[in-house]
Amino acid sequence: MAVTLEKLDLSRDEIKVRDEVDRITRHPAVSPLRVPLIAGDASYSDVTEDINRIHEGAAGLGWWIALSIALSLLLIGIIAGYLTVTIGIGTWGLNRTIGWAFDITNFVFWIGIGHAGTFISAILYLFNQKWRTSINRSAEAMTLIAVMCAGLFPIIHMGRPWLFYWFLPYPNTRGSLWVNFRSPLLWDFFAISTYFTISLVFWYIGLLPDLATARDRAKVKWRRKLYTILSLGWNGSNRTWSRYETVYGILAALATPLVLSVHSIVSFDFATSLIPGWHSTIFPPYFVAGAVFSGFAMVMTLMILVRKVMHLENYITLDHFEKMCKVTLLTGSIVGLAYMTELFIGFYSGSPNEIFMMMNRLFGPYAWGYWIMFCCNALVPQLFWIKRLRRSIPLIFVLTIFINIGMWFERFVIIMVSLHRDYLPSSWTYYLPSTVEIGLLIGSFGLFFTAFLIFLRLFPIIAVSEVKGVLKYAKH
Amino acid sequence: MRNTNSKSRLNRYTAAYFTNEDDIKASAAEARLRGFQIYDVYSPFPIHGMDEAVGLKRSRITWAAFAGGVTGLLTAVILQVWTSAYDWALNIGGKPFNSPLLFVPVSFELTVLFSGLTSVAVLFLICGLYPFSKRKSFEGVNDDRFVLVLEHAGSSFDPKAADRIFEKYNAEKVIEGDLE
Repeated sequence: MAVTLEKLDLSRDEIKVRDEVDRITRHPAVSPLRVPLIAGDASYSDVTEDINRIHEGAAGLGWWIALSIALSLLLIGIIAGYLTVTIGIGTWGLNRTIGWAFDITNFVFWIGIGHAGTFISAILYLFNQKWRTSINRSAEAMTLIAVMCAGLFPIIHMGRPWLFYWFLPYPNTRGSLWVNFRSPLLWDFFAISTYFTISLVFWYIGLLPDLATARDRAKVKWRRKLYTILSLGWNGSNRTWSRYETVYGILAALATPLVLSVHSIVSFDFATSLIPGWHSTIFPPYFVAGAVFSGFAMVMTLMILVRKVMHLENYITLDHFEKMCKVTLLTGSIVGLAYMTELFIGFYSGSPNEIFMMMNRLFGPYAWGYWIMFCCNALVPQLFWIKRLRRSIPLIFVLTIFINIGMWFERFVIIMVSLHRDYLPSSWTYYLPSTVEIGLLIGSFGLFFTAFLIFLRLFPIIAVSEVKGVLKYAKH
Repeated sequence: MRNTNSKSRLNRYTAAYFTNEDDIKASAAEARLRGFQIYDVYSPFPIHGMDEAVGLKRSRITWAAFAGGVTGLLTAVILQVWTSAYDWALNIGGKPFNSPLLFVPVSFELTVLFSGLTSVAVLFLICGLYPFSKRKSFEGVNDDRFVLVLEHAGSSFDPKAADRIFEKYNAEKVIEGDLE
């Protein structure tokens, strides 16, 4: 029977209202293939509780031990920085031939680490990868901290770091003598400061609703005060949510090319010069892939620790790691391909300088660095083709550390090998870092971990509101 | 709980609490279709399709972002061309004073920077978000509650009809209050 009795009872208007409500509330098609993004059977308030208790409760012994180690490392860095600034960069091992050494290696390394966060929050957002919600907050925090670590290196490399604001194009009493906009080093300054600002804003915007949640729950006075100030009176209004989502989308769309631009511009520092091994058109994509590769490796290293210590197994599941491993596999393979391409083009060019540089890279005094880099970056991630290995946490932990080491050596090889034997054989030399330089590297790790540990105790480390939004991802 | 002889019905509201997003979306849609004035809906996370349910139009913040981007681009181009080619042109490595190709990176960065900051500033402005704001949330909204707020403005507010909608979609509780 086409017309039910119930339907006969309803007036035409009633039917209209009912159909319209049905249309608006109808769910999109559900795929039975979907696996829940969040394990366990958490309710919305469970999510609030699980994530907020991490920063609300007293810090555990493990956190204090970790913080004291991190602070010790930072102290080493502060001492090294003090020596660098008061005595000068003569305390470093670099020389006239190798003018960029450890310092710029560390800079590029940290900038690369700082690529995963915004990749996860912006590019995966645009691709509608909902699994990003469990890891984006801490990955973005990691990004911000890594960019801060990176920024320190070129600034101390200037020798007179207190004059770093000379990078800004402001009217001055020297002429005005303007900055040189045709220099890649200045592009770097603009790229990194823009990247930091936009990443910070993006992170903060994502944090707003969670700050309101933390504010409503806060029992300690200073926390309530802090969250009240930072949450800007957020009240969960749909009008605000609607505009918020628009702005979030805009920022994601802006940050996507920005992520790609930052490491491209860092690669211009090298690619626009005439040194064999630097002067190469594949540098921008090669650097960007390497940055995402190393960034994801660092995110996984950190997430494995955080997940274990904070008991977040339900939120950061094996599926998350498997997906991150796939990204690592892809970007690692691009990096491997870039190594091969560099070799091929070096020999195919027929240029004696290029061929010499390649032979020097493979078998010269720094060959050990090249082979560490090659094994860690091109070979190690290939293990992720095997599904069992992509789902083994201890193995991922070990492999990601190898990748981190390998990516540090990539920058070491690019900078050191190309510089130490260029066109003028009389200037050829060898370089080893001084204690002060090693101290600065250690110090940057100290800064990184100190800031990350403080972040863990200050803010919700998983995007609470975003996780609530995907809680019913596989249900409906 | 309901106070029918309140001083002024103009700034009164009725708020219904729900425990899941499907119920509040359906009740918001039905309330709108039955002619109720929806003041706002509050939720712990953005609800897919809620804008349509309450009849909210697409935000025009994108235009602010565009305007910000254009401003950034113009600023960068004018700044670079003027400082490098006009105000004090310096010969550096024989590069042309006005080299548009070399101005691309900074122009791009400033476009992104201005556009991003403008859209966030406009968001804060039109949503009234600022530090030290005294605005309160409905209880539990930032945790797991969903609140539909109907205005009494106008004479058409029918408490009984509103209750019928709330009941139909399993409202947890209904309260009344004054709008700020």
